[in-house]
Amino acid sequence: MSKAKENKKPKRWVGTSLRRKEDDRLIRGHGKFVDDNRLGEMLFLKMVSSPYGHAKILKVDVSEAEKLPGVVCTLTGTEVASLMQPFMEIGPEPGAKIVDYPMAVNRARYQGEPVAAVIAKSQAIAEDAAELVHVEYEMLDAVVTGEDAIQDKVILHESSGTNLVWRGLYEWGEVDKAFKEAAYVVNIDRLHFHRFTAAPLENNAILAHWEPDGRLHFWCNNSFPTFAIQFLAPALGLRLEQIHVKTEDIGGSFGVKITHYPQMAVCALASRKAGGRPVKWTETRTGNLTASGHCNERTYRNTRVALDKNGVIQAIESRQIDDCGAYTRYEPLGAVIWSQVVPGVYRVKNLRIDFAQVVSNKCPCAPIRGYSRLQHLWFMERVLDICSYELGIAADEMRLQNYIKPEEFPYTTPNGCVYDSGNYPKMLEIAKELVGWDRWVKKQQEAKKEGRMIGIGIGTTLDSGTNNFGQSRIINPYAPFSGNSEAANIKVDLDGNIVVSLGSTPQGQGHETTTAQVVADELNIHPDMVSVRTGFDTEWNTYTGHSGTYASQFAVTGLSAVHGAAQKLKKEMKKLAAYALQAKEEDLEFGVGNMGPELRVKGTDKSINYWGLANLVNVNNAGLPNEIAELTLNCRYIYRPPFQIPDLKRKYGNLTLTYAAQLHIAVVEIDPEMYTPKILDYAAVDDCGTVVNPMIVEGQVRGATAHGIGAALMEACVYDSVGNMLTSTFSDYTPITAVNMPKVHYGHIESPSPFSFNGAKGMGEGGGAALHAISAALQNALFEYGITIDDSFTTGNTLYDALVGKKVMQRANNVKVERGVA
Amino acid sequence: MRDQIPLVPIEVKVNGKSHKLEVEPRMLLVELLRDGLGLTGTHIGCDTTYCGACTVLLNGNPVKSCTVFAVQADQGEIMTVEGLAKDGQLHPLQSAFSEQHALQCGYCTPGMLMSSYSLLSKSPSVTDKDIVKGIAGNVCRCTGYQNIVKAIQLAAQQTKGR
Ligand code: FES
Ligand code: FES
Repeated sequence: MSKAKENKKPKRWVGTSLRRKEDDRLIRGHGKFVDDNRLGEMLFLKMVSSPYGHAKILKVDVSEAEKLPGVVCTLTGTEVASLMQPFMEIGPEPGAKIVDYPMAVNRARYQGEPVAAVIAKSQAIAEDAAELVHVEYEMLDAVVTGEDAIQDKVILHESSGTNLVWRGLYEWGEVDKAFKEAAYVVNIDRLHFHRFTAAPLENNAILAHWEPDGRLHFWCNNSFPTFAIQFLAPALGLRLEQIHVKTEDIGGSFGVKITHYPQMAVCALASRKAGGRPVKWTETRTGNLTASGHCNERTYRNTRVALDKNGVIQAIESRQIDDCGAYTRYEPLGAVIWSQVVPGVYRVKNLRIDFAQVVSNKCPCAPIRGYSRLQHLWFMERVLDICSYELGIAADEMRLQNYIKPEEFPYTTPNGCVYDSGNYPKMLEIAKELVGWDRWVKKQQEAKKEGRMIGIGIGTTLDSGTNNFGQSRIINPYAPFSGNSEAANIKVDLDGNIVVSLGSTPQGQGHETTTAQVVADELNIHPDMVSVRTGFDTEWNTYTGHSGTYASQFAVTGLSAVHGAAQKLKKEMKKLAAYALQAKEEDLEFGVGNMGPELRVKGTDKSINYWGLANLVNVNNAGLPNEIAELTLNCRYIYRPPFQIPDLKRKYGNLTLTYAAQLHIAVVEIDPEMYTPKILDYAAVDDCGTVVNPMIVEGQVRGATAHGIGAALMEACVYDSVGNMLTSTFSDYTPITAVNMPKVHYGHIESPSPFSFNGAKGMGEGGGAALHAISAALQNALFEYGITIDDSFTTGNTLYDALVGKKVMQRANNVKVERGVA
Repeated sequence: MRDQIPLVPIEVKVNGKSHKLEVEPRMLLVELLRDGLGLTGTHIGCDTTYCGACTVLLNGNPVKSCTVFAVQADQGEIMTVEGLAKDGQLHPLQSAFSEQHALQCGYCTPGMLMSSYSLLSKSPSVTDKDIVKGIAGNVCRCTGYQNIVKAIQLAAQQTKGR
């Protein structure tokens, strides 16, 4: 951003690409991440993890480890189970019968599951000692796919007696009638959405200090701490008030850092056992990849699609199995959260989805970027795309035929969600222009003559934000949460500075900056004059039971709270200034004078600065009249979106407040010798309503695009048949690098949301657009070779097996079209 | 036992300041910087020399400090992210990263800055391809890289212009 822009104050700060407030400390190497904390007497914890995917634990012998000089104590699963209650389960039975401790007790259920921990004076000693812990295992058969797990031949949790966590039938509209009247019915036997993970560059890290007087402190990088402490407190037998949680800079989360409360419990117990000394645990990358959290893996069986003669989808039915890994943790919320986007961006009204969730011998899942909706949106995009080829309708035409039309917003989906605003055809038009669609179509034809395989694919997707926690009741009618909320506190400090505190846990989203933009506009001051305290902190900052940074909501929940608090403060400031200046409130205006930010009587030089106001309230208040004396200049506001509890029988209700949209186009070529797919061109168009900071929004879009491209072509959590994770280091997992990243042409439109105070929509997750677009591009290149893209992960190997080996992705084995009666 | 292995005396110059220390032979350079000297700007992101979050300059060359023993740095000159700004004034690369929004969470940033510093100190005339190659060993999970390339290019232009 140019100097001129910074000096010349724009009319409004909201809407400008203000350089971020948080950058200065980060570019100087002065950021404060958990691992940067050093406390006196601090100890180091190392987990001993199961090398097996599924095994009985016969014996854990820590005696040798404890003898090593420098080792303070150890913990084993059995001991942990004797010191705490199992974590609560969100869902009903049978999932609720799972007994979940933060360490394996008698049985390890995924590779990397902690079975013991050693606590020592240094990290190096802890690591040495971990090697001296002897664990005897008896390997058990493992179950590593959802489709196998649901057969219950190998059962993970004896207490539950089944691998099924939750199953429910979602049905809306008149599905049978639609199939009866269809012109075409397309059958797709099997589609599969693969496992990958968020892999934030900073691994999980926790510093726990359980003081002898009972107070428990956590410095951690958990991204939804209020959720974490509500799990931890009952499990550890504490009142919430005894737990102090603090987050500071967080090196990325993308949702995966929501579910490390089990490790928080282990660190707490370790600290107590070590006599109340602080204990630090920093996860290794292998620990992060094997035992932190993966995205939900989903298999879609027996999908049937009813279409009319123009290719407009009339109905969809499908049987889906979601594999959530070895423990439920945040699940089975994923079994309902997908239904925020039931029809995707399309007008289909009749759906029947038989949804089951199961456990397997893999790492537990976490609500990772795009959580549960991206799996469903990929499914919808595959369905639409496959049908377009089967019916011989061009993929772009097919989309235009099926999109919800711009004039139909606000649009009520078959399950009662209200899409606030949008314009998908316009986004398609812009993306086509950005990528040079016509030029590529021509090139594709020419390349075909040379035997080259080039495909162009579209992915249209949604990023639903500000969710209604009431949807959890569709899973469990007794779940004690609903609605949503966020808090902000704003005060004029004793010295006249404006200080805002939030309940969010930003991990790069720039909340300090966007908050300052909103406040600066309200008070007519410069954003530099606003100090913003982010990071969740039960003692230092304000929060509600929903506080945190997840599910694309800050622009709505966080900034609404900031805006509300600023309104309250302004009212108080005016009242106080009117008293001090002996003026009428309506004659006052906010601005900046020679003595800094102030309120002044319009058209005069009579003014009082913020220090003057703060002084009156805090240190110079003798003789103030009562109605003035009650002012605090310290205002808290809680934003609460207007949600109702859904109709549980019909599984019907408004599950999310805003629906940002993404449309990506990918041009992909398949190497004729190596079969590796390579991106030749790429465009991403975003619509998240009114934009608060264009630079930050574009940054989020680019980041989500990289995650999606990585996930589509490079990144997968691959397991063998006994539950060994084969991609357990960065060298195997191969997170996308600059070398693999194509140049992304970026565009955007703004369809303001009618449901947020500022027209903004939550964004950042990106809806997996890149996955959809790349699958579509590959489909476009390979349909004529008899290939149906049926998996969200494609590599050169898969394409070789498909094109040469004819073993996978064979359309003939997967897709059948019936002509209907119509 | 390991703690009976004798400590090794070393001397290093970090960001212009000399330090005499005694270290365990197995201590990594990144541990020396973070734990020994409190320079926590250098980060750790992996255990297979893949991510580059730990990149620093050792005798003018970029190294992944998680894969160098502290004793290997004996008598060496090290520069970390904390050494980039002079008298509080940001290095052009640092300003460019902020201006181009080349960081989100900022965890990769110190490593990215050191890799690009090394690249530009060889020659400020770089193509985008050179830059991509120069940061091929640095992972960023937030930005999608494009703004990082832009920032490095901007700093290169500014350096050339001086
Ligand atoms: S920590 Fe050194 S390369 Fe990852
Ligand atoms: S900015 Fe977060 S990893 Fe690069």
